Amino acid sequence: MAERRPFSVTRLPGFTAIALVTFALLYAPIVTLVAYSFNGSESIAVWGGFSWRWYGIAWQNTAVQEATVRSLVIATAAAAIAGTVATLAALGTTRTDRFRGRTLIYVLVNQPLMVPEIVTAVALLIFFSGIRLATGYAGLGYLILAHSAFCVPFAYLPIRARLEGMDLSLETAASDLYADRFQTFRHVTLPLMAPGIVAGVMLAFIISLDDVVITEFVKSAGQDTLPTYMLGQLRRAVTPEVNAISTALLALTVLLLTMFFLLTRKRD
Amino acid sequence: MVPPSLQPAAGPSETPRIAVEARNASKAFGQGDALTRALDDVSVAIRKGEFFTLLGPSGCGKTTLLRLIAGFDTPTGGSILLNGRDITADPPNRRPVNTVFQSYALFPHLTVLQNIRFGLDMLGRKRAEADARAAEMLALVRLEGFASRRTAQLSGGQQQRVALARALAPEPEVLLLDEPLSALDLKLRKEMQRELKRLQRETGITFVFVTHDQEEALTMSDRIGVMQGGRILQIGPPREIYNQPANRFVADFIGETNFLDGEVGAIAGDTATIELAAGSVTVRSAGLDRGQKVTLAIRPEQVRIGEAEGLPAVVTGNVYFGTDTHCHLELSGGAGVVARLQSAADDATPLGEGTAVRVSFTPGSVQVLAD
Repeated sequence: MAERRPFSVTRLPGFTAIALVTFALLYAPIVTLVAYSFNGSESIAVWGGFSWRWYGIAWQNTAVQEATVRSLVIATAAAAIAGTVATLAALGTTRTDRFRGRTLIYVLVNQPLMVPEIVTAVALLIFFSGIRLATGYAGLGYLILAHSAFCVPFAYLPIRARLEGMDLSLETAASDLYADRFQTFRHVTLPLMAPGIVAGVMLAFIISLDDVVITEFVKSAGQDTLPTYMLGQLRRAVTPEVNAISTALLALTVLLLTMFFLLTRKRD
Repeated sequence: MVPPSLQPAAGPSETPRIAVEARNASKAFGQGDALTRALDDVSVAIRKGEFFTLLGPSGCGKTTLLRLIAGFDTPTGGSILLNGRDITADPPNRRPVNTVFQSYALFPHLTVLQNIRFGLDMLGRKRAEADARAAEMLALVRLEGFASRRTAQLSGGQQQRVALARALAPEPEVLLLDEPLSALDLKLRKEMQRELKRLQRETGITFVFVTHDQEEALTMSDRIGVMQGGRILQIGPPREIYNQPANRFVADFIGETNFLDGEVGAIAGDTATIELAAGSVTVRSAGLDRGQKVTLAIRPEQVRIGEAEGLPAVVTGNVYFGTDTHCHLELSGGAGVVARLQSAADDATPLGEGTAVRVSFTPGSVQVLAD
């Protein structure tokens, strides 16, 4: 089964060394960050023994609490909206006969992946301030809408991949076995695409949770999310509290990504 | 000649009841220069309770016809009738017709039992009734004990049985089978052929079976429709298709055939002489005119090799098949002929290459095909 390839890059001289250096460069900063989150001293550079101290301080910090809740609210809402839009878009681009402009729609749906984030951020800032002037509304709605928009392609790609991998004859078989169009969708298409939807929603959630640039431009005063709060903290005195918050965020992201991987891996 | 007692109960005066019928059905894909006629004005009436096979090479339109009957495609011309009712406009879920797909198309997120129940559930049958029927189907395809398995855990042959049970559970008027055996290995295929015949007998459901395998068609069918290029060339029982092929394509596609080009010579009463390059052959004169160009079709097992009478020929080689030997011959004039010689216990060694022989044909076995 494991057929020996005539050429393998792993046998080139220096392969192991280059791989080790690459991984070291990728992970050394993160490992340092995590290690210093358990620092007992006041400084982020001087080791003062192992301690949960900064986790306690971050946990007690009302600004951190508020920012965390706000981040989770926005990410949940944005993931739900992006997941719905992406599901409909994926169905529309895989379960219809070829139509003119289908490639264009594919490009349009994935726009946030191609337009520089700073451009989107400035555009949204100008666009939303117009609406704010006209309506007077200054709530979280702007952030939720903005996050939903840039999360759509991240939700769309895994859902579309799942639909494209699905045997079309399954839906034909359902209709052959007396299922009408809604029943076919409810009993065959939806259950089979569900892992794709869950994966897409989780990816959208992580992307929203992590966003700085667009949030920084769109948020009103007092609407800090966890990442923008951390950015704000870095401008003042930096304590290992930032390390602790970062590590917590990292842990959550790794957990979600692991679940994403488990859901999207191919089953045999 | 078939003795009267063995003839089918339905006499020639009694019209058999028709289960499903295609009337002048056509299906074209694309437009303008890219237009392809997958099905070209096909009419066929399939009788109630029969095992009907659509046989032809890939791209002949047999699967297209099946999809029109199932309702997965709509014809671009003509109509489909079920029990005499026009169902051309009905979607697949409103047709009492079920399909066994080539890929089986089992629902991977459901268990074996849930797969078999699917049609019954969609029809809104009561839970207990659906359960009972599904259990009955599991027994019919001999998969008791597999009810709660996932379909991915089954072998190809078992998946095949689940697909059959699922399609039979709602008791369809017609069961459509789209090359269901093509993915199985030879031994399993033979077993499933017998199994399919048994299921058809036990359920009495009309089977429409699609295959490109001529042996499968001959062994299983009550009647065969041979298709090519979007048309049906001949419809008939296996023996008729084999012994009296309507044209050169059918003769060539079903089994092996020797073709000899000739011209109609003298006609005397009900016999006619066909002049070949190597000599002459006497056949029945029905429908022939003097001077007409014809092709003779002769099955290899009908070719006799002797020394006294017949067309002069030379042996060019022998191929041994176990049960029989194919003797390749060249007639004077250059035409090639294959004779199938049955192996017998006292079989002598085959005729050596270059042996001069005389070739004749079993009387009545020569088919005359008009060019």
